[in-house]
Amino acid sequence: MRFVDEFRDAGMARALATRIAALCEPGRRYKFMEVCGGHTHTIYKHGLEDYLPETVALVHGPGCPVCVIPMGRVDDAIAIAERDDVILTTFGDMLRVPGGRGSFFDSKAAGADIRMVYSPLDALKIARKNPDKRVVFMAIGFETTAPSTAMTVLRADAEGLDNFSIFCNHVTIIPAIKAILDSPDLRLDGFIGPGHVSTIIGCRPYGFIARDYGKPLVVAGFEPLDILQSVYQLLRQLHENRCEVENQYARVVPWDGNLRALQVIGEVMELRPHFEWRGLGFIAQSALRVREAYARFDAERIFAVPGVRVADPKACQCGEVLKGVLRPWECKVFGTACTPETPIGTCMVSSEGACAAYYNFGRFSRERVKEATRA
Amino acid sequence: MTTSANWAEEAVRAHAGAEHLTREEQVLERIAKARARKPRIREERITLSHGAGGKATHTLIEAVFLDAFRNPLLEPLEDGASLTTAAGRLAFTTDSFVVSPLFFPGGDIGDLAVNGTVNDLAMCGARPLYLSCGFILEEGFPVASLQRIVASMAAAAERAGVQIVTGDTKVVERGKADGCYITTAGVGLLDRPVALSAAAARPGDAVLVSGPIGDHGITVMLARGELDISADIVSDTAPLHELTAALLDAVPEGVRLLRDATRGGVATICNEVAVASQVAVVLDERAVPVRPEVNGASELLGIDPLYVACEGRLVAVVDASCEDAALAALRSVTIGAGAARIGTVRDDPPGLVLLRTSFGGTRIVDLLVGDPLPRIC
Repeated sequence: MRFVDEFRDAGMARALATRIAALCEPGRRYKFMEVCGGHTHTIYKHGLEDYLPETVALVHGPGCPVCVIPMGRVDDAIAIAERDDVILTTFGDMLRVPGGRGSFFDSKAAGADIRMVYSPLDALKIARKNPDKRVVFMAIGFETTAPSTAMTVLRADAEGLDNFSIFCNHVTIIPAIKAILDSPDLRLDGFIGPGHVSTIIGCRPYGFIARDYGKPLVVAGFEPLDILQSVYQLLRQLHENRCEVENQYARVVPWDGNLRALQVIGEVMELRPHFEWRGLGFIAQSALRVREAYARFDAERIFAVPGVRVADPKACQCGEVLKGVLRPWECKVFGTACTPETPIGTCMVSSEGACAAYYNFGRFSRERVKEATRA
Repeated sequence: MTTSANWAEEAVRAHAGAEHLTREEQVLERIAKARARKPRIREERITLSHGAGGKATHTLIEAVFLDAFRNPLLEPLEDGASLTTAAGRLAFTTDSFVVSPLFFPGGDIGDLAVNGTVNDLAMCGARPLYLSCGFILEEGFPVASLQRIVASMAAAAERAGVQIVTGDTKVVERGKADGCYITTAGVGLLDRPVALSAAAARPGDAVLVSGPIGDHGITVMLARGELDISADIVSDTAPLHELTAALLDAVPEGVRLLRDATRGGVATICNEVAVASQVAVVLDERAVPVRPEVNGASELLGIDPLYVACEGRLVAVVDASCEDAALAALRSVTIGAGAARIGTVRDDPPGLVLLRTSFGGTRIVDLLVGDPLPRIC
């Protein structure tokens, strides 16, 4: 397939692997965090770690939109969905996320009208078709998906739709990265920067990571060769004693981001003073809410929701996994009490969650498989 | 940082003989044990996942149906049951059809209802003979649509050489069903001395597929019109009895098992084989035939074609020495022209399906959890 196969070429991967191995200093171990869950998914789905020397470890970061939603917000959304006059819409990945009283799927099976959509515009379509219902879109995601949510609100406004609203859970990536950099538990050598988020915010906001924290960052695309190349670029920076923000994904990411998209977000949304992240706790100015001017599209203002804080299950170590402190399999309940079919934590739900990616794609011993598949 | 890791270490140190394993391998062993436990249904209500053909479906079948009906004929959970009667050996199977939309490029619910049951019989190694059909119709369903469906069924039955010899109809109030549901059952004659079984795969065997995968599932998803994606693909719905006959004629001794890759796709079949035969199935992604249109749509939707349903493709596991003859036999039939070897059976690690990715890495291919949901960004 054009525009895909080129970025999955095994020959180029082997060549890059050789160059990566050559850049690794003997006796030194490297730890890079891929911030974005999309990268985590790619790494496992293509078996990318087969190309990395043992001394280079990839650590999974907090950039999975579903993973960072706290249980209380799920309960709030389900409370809205359980109203007779409401159709709740959200992305597919969200449906299996457990709240304090079960998931959206459970609530749907019990009679709530909950529908999966591929785009917030689909939710708008449902609102047009069901004028007697109030259609709520549970919006999640980083800056990547916030513009489309904001555009949808603007369109609903232009059409004068009065039965559509959003339950806004958009979060911003920089405060999360900063929280990780400030965490005492983790020693990182650099970051593989999020590609899709950067199409919106550009590369400038990462400047402080190189400047103030002395960690290189390479914004990377989502094909396996993109990630392998960004690892190479990180190692090259370390080798050359440089510490910069580089853009490996220049075919998509403009250095200054997408001004129009940022304007649309700013028109409809504003920063919340603080927002709870699953496992990471409250982070100041880390999420977006609907501005007063668009209050009539804000489900939080329209519906009274419980709004209570639900503590994460005690056994769940999603927070440590999201911060990259624990590898998925090091969590106490990984794969036994917590599995993709009966998840305790969010990281086991989304295909971009580190635990789900490891469980679904990486749950095998590389040594043993190498042995077994030797021709 | 290592408190939990220590905990994991201690937990597994308890079981003897594990000292030579790394900490990660010990955790993997623990997970394998947890997965081998008898499945238990934890949900209070049926969710759509229970019908998606993945893990939840397997749990439902084993924890609810098999638990209640358990008998030696049902227990192997093959596509159909093999019955021995005074008149000879028979294969018996049933299948229900609830596809939406009812009509889609390349076919309709009527074609599926006949071909699905014909194919389940063919996968047992049987010659399909007779079908029953049961209709559940929603009040208000257009008679013209019903006639169109029934005409498709008649044509499909003729093509497959079977007769629909008994049936039943129920009508439910508007809103209590979605237009038209069909259940068919089928009987076929097992006139070959074959014993096909998901438990029959052996290390060294070759895994074959009869053509490009995923056409049906992607066609139906696009036909729903919810995605605003269009592609030039049609369902692959077709009877497979000629294909199985050609294969079993060519290599009667060499075929271990046959499965049609419906719900859950090729990935699910390989997992069933790996577990039932306690072997590893190693697939080569580059060798798996997928049409560019199906690949493209799957990429956009974040779905792996290995899990997408086909309605006219089979997976065969054959003795390695018969591979060439088996492929030639499959390719000799028109719908098998695209047959390919996609993998190999190995002895270790048992119960796992591994994929050598086209990128050159290795990963596992597990049973699907939930509906094949798209990724969001």
